[in-house]
Amino acid sequence: MRVLALDTSTSAVQAALVDLDDDELFLTAFRREVNARGHVERLAPFIEGCLADAGRTRADVDAVVSGVGPGPFTGLRVGMVTAAAFADGAGIPVYGVCSLDGIGGNTRGRALAATDARRKEIYWAVYDDGRREGEPQVCRPSELPETRADYAIGEGASKYAGELPMDAETEPVYPDLVKLVELAAPRLLAGAPSERLTPLYLRRPDAQPAAAPPAASA
Amino acid sequence: MKNDSAGDNAPVVMGIETSCDETGVGIVRGHELLADAVASSVDEHARFGGVVPEVASRAHLEAMVPTVQRALDDAGLTLGDLDGIAVTAGPGLAGALMVGVGAAKAYSIATGVPLYGVNHLSAHIAVDTLENGPIPEPAIGLLVSGGHSSIMMVEDLAGKVTQLGASIDDAAGEAFDKVARLLGLPFPGGPYIDRAAKEGDRAFVQFPRGLTAAKDMERHRYDFSFSGLKTAVARWIEARRAEGEDVPVNDVAAAFQEAVCDVLTRKAILAAKEHGVETVLLGGGVAANSRLRALATERAEAAGLTLRYPRPKLCTDNGAMVAALGSHLVAAGVAPSRIDFPANSSMDVEVVSLANRL
Repeated sequence: MRVLALDTSTSAVQAALVDLDDDELFLTAFRREVNARGHVERLAPFIEGCLADAGRTRADVDAVVSGVGPGPFTGLRVGMVTAAAFADGAGIPVYGVCSLDGIGGNTRGRALAATDARRKEIYWAVYDDGRREGEPQVCRPSELPETRADYAIGEGASKYAGELPMDAETEPVYPDLVKLVELAAPRLLAGAPSERLTPLYLRRPDAQPAAAPPAASA
Repeated sequence: MKNDSAGDNAPVVMGIETSCDETGVGIVRGHELLADAVASSVDEHARFGGVVPEVASRAHLEAMVPTVQRALDDAGLTLGDLDGIAVTAGPGLAGALMVGVGAAKAYSIATGVPLYGVNHLSAHIAVDTLENGPIPEPAIGLLVSGGHSSIMMVEDLAGKVTQLGASIDDAAGEAFDKVARLLGLPFPGGPYIDRAAKEGDRAFVQFPRGLTAAKDMERHRYDFSFSGLKTAVARWIEARRAEGEDVPVNDVAAAFQEAVCDVLTRKAILAAKEHGVETVLLGGGVAANSRLRALATERAEAAGLTLRYPRPKLCTDNGAMVAALGSHLVAAGVAPSRIDFPANSSMDVEVVSLANRL
């Protein structure tokens, strides 16, 4: 089956077409641009570009897989709404995968996958031989709890290498779309029901309830 | 075929609107409204006393696909029946706009239906076609909402809309929200002030009419200012309280509302007369205000002008208005937008649609 995979949880705007047959995965087209403010402009042309590169049309896509964060909200939402609307428009199912798993899922040993949460914070999770331990978190690099991770990887790791207690990959690594499809493969192959994608925000909106207005009489 | 978009062959267009706190999806066939699905996050904003952009954006993402599905169900159509998809590309809240624009692009790619990125303000004008049929051109549009207060000259709804004047500070709807808060009325303030004002005395106190003094009428002939009015109301309430007296909410609401409606209608009628235009349109959320409608009707009649406005539900933000503009663009043969157009929070008021350009 042919899967459209999208992730906009980091500054990389990413789209790919991945063929999934039994447990074989094959990347047939891939577009990526590191452009933290370009999600809404770049993503749709990337989908069209991937289809053209692979010599396919929209009718050839059987399912959509989307990273659901955590990630900076505005860009993350663009990818998720694109995935949900494309799937709805094409009448095919959509499945969500934690974007950090697209980084940590490819690691060996104990690794910290970290992306840039802005405001001097990182989104992170710990992986043991590629398997995530617990839920993703957000905090300042200097405030990480004891993770026993041997190294850190991801955009958040390269950016904050100096503040992290473990070695960090100096090159930014972005969520691997083939990995996201692999993690969704059981659902894809089983024809699981389409999902309502829920972003991993990990933070509440910044807003203070208004002070009570002064009383007035009628 | 300009303006000839009634009938069975008229373009069927779905419009998506997410510029503020309403997730709107409307479907029209020419001037016929087929569906108007709106999911509002207004209740979530009420406790903050105003629209919180991040709260609005989160609600848009949740509501987007279900609202599209609801609109299609209501219209009894499928995406394959559409001749176009139109979406508000701006102006509005950046993060909120991006949800609608992202969705519209994806629906367009997934279905092959042409996409039109359109201007929110022109859509507020176009929605009147759903109520009153083709708009005679030229027309003057008085657009008043929580985000905008503008007088527009509509020479061609498919491409030539110019702004004659606008608020130099707060939008009229913003002033309603702020004064409602001063009076202890809920958010959004417009409907509550309108209701309270019905029981009040419009002439109870004469609040200032911004930018109507002789020298302002030279420099800001068609512009508005509502920030001073809001301050004047606040001072009046303070002074009243300092004297230990009660604040008569209904009377203050009526007097404030009168000041806003007086300036809005006075300048819109003036613009029509001075430009030799015979039709004036009201649009935007504040156009749902009963006093604005009454005063505009009275003054248009006195000036021998035709006044048009849609029903209140079409005045506030919705997808039907975007669909109405989209259908007009398709009928007029305007080219679809490029797939890489941005969401533009400060989109120029004079750009009706992003036809083949950025």
